Amino acid sequence: MKKNWWKILGVVLVAHALISGLLLDVPRLDILNETIRNLYFHVTMWFGMIALLTASVVYAVKYLRSGNIDFDDKSISFAKIGTLFGMLGLVTGSVWANFTWGEPWSGDPKQNASAICMLIYFAYFVLRNSLQDEQQRGRVSAIYNIFAYAAMIPLLFILPRLSPDSLHPGNGGNPGFNIYDLDIKLRGVFYPAIVGWTLLGVWIATIQFRIRSVSRALEDN
Amino acid sequence: MVSQVLVLIKKELLSEWRQKYALNGLILYIISTVFVCYMSFGVKTGTIDKVTWNALFWIIILFTAVNSVAKSFIQESHGRLLYYYSIAKAEAIILSKIVYNSLLLLVLSLFGILTYTLVMGNPIQNLLLFLTAVILGSIGFASSLTLISGIAAKASSSGTLMAILSFPVILPLVLMVIRLSKNAMDGIDLSASTDEVLILLAINILIGAASFLLFPYLWRS
Repeated sequence: MKKNWWKILGVVLVAHALISGLLLDVPRLDILNETIRNLYFHVTMWFGMIALLTASVVYAVKYLRSGNIDFDDKSISFAKIGTLFGMLGLVTGSVWANFTWGEPWSGDPKQNASAICMLIYFAYFVLRNSLQDEQQRGRVSAIYNIFAYAAMIPLLFILPRLSPDSLHPGNGGNPGFNIYDLDIKLRGVFYPAIVGWTLLGVWIATIQFRIRSVSRALEDN
Repeated sequence: MVSQVLVLIKKELLSEWRQKYALNGLILYIISTVFVCYMSFGVKTGTIDKVTWNALFWIIILFTAVNSVAKSFIQESHGRLLYYYSIAKAEAIILSKIVYNSLLLLVLSLFGILTYTLVMGNPIQNLLLFLTAVILGSIGFASSLTLISGIAAKASSSGTLMAILSFPVILPLVLMVIRLSKNAMDGIDLSASTDEVLILLAINILIGAASFLLFPYLWRS
């Protein structure tokens, strides 16, 4: 029980995001209106994704330094769940964009950047599957994982900010969360929601990891 | 270390010169691609619009780069790689390959500009800035593609893998280069494009450092 407190915390925080996020009062902004609630579900996915992919890279580095196959299992588990969060972020964003921008895909710089980011991780999975030997697969995919992460940083943090014509709230004169108000009501749900979704992602990733290591142990016997 | 790098670069240049078919093949590759573009647009010189001209040029260079760098590890025989492994440091190998590939790409892109402007017209107003973009682009392409060709060489079906692994990773670089060369085409002064140049330099350093640090792990397997 002592070890599992963070799982309970995660469930409580996600429940908070779901219940308070859908029921509490939100500030009324032009265009956004009620869709501002997507802040708790869409934006938090990106924070969760970056946290999970960072964990994946950290384990990739650990694997390269030690050669312990457990670290490789952890790395791929985190990468998978991180990609899942990224896909969910794209889907929730598209649904939201359909109502606010009028179409699900409008070539927004941030949309493009995240789509490319997904392509990188799909390529990572293809690379993993094309290698047969366990240790070599771990090593080569860890190298690509680190390299891709290093190349992703300019993608996610620099490029969208370079072009001022992003449609996202807060960019290019659109009503935003930061300009007008990320007021106390939003913050009270938004920050816990980030932590909650991330913890949930970590939990799923650890289950993934345990399934992997159990099936590996079964294969070896 | 430095002497090792110099010897290896010299060896690359010599072997390239002695087997001219590879270089001739790449030159013919550029000519045919440029000619295919020229014929399929079906335009007289100078009538194609600037954005298309620019994008098309960089796509041609990108594909040429992927094809030319792919041979640095994929086409080397297993025995020869083993021989390098026994006589040289991993850092020296990657550095020499990157420098050599940068030179190769630079020569190929300069040749590309020549043929491309010959048939598609020459809208470049600030040639110096355009050449800066070409130089920075060649170095960036070389440093990221060299490591990826090393990764792809480890797996089966490395041709496809080379493309899917490299395109998403290289995209931020391509976008920045296209932006910079568009500035050059519009005749904007270098001083107005320092942002782009600096970001390109930063991406190059980031990717180069990542390749340099990661390659020894790849080499060992």
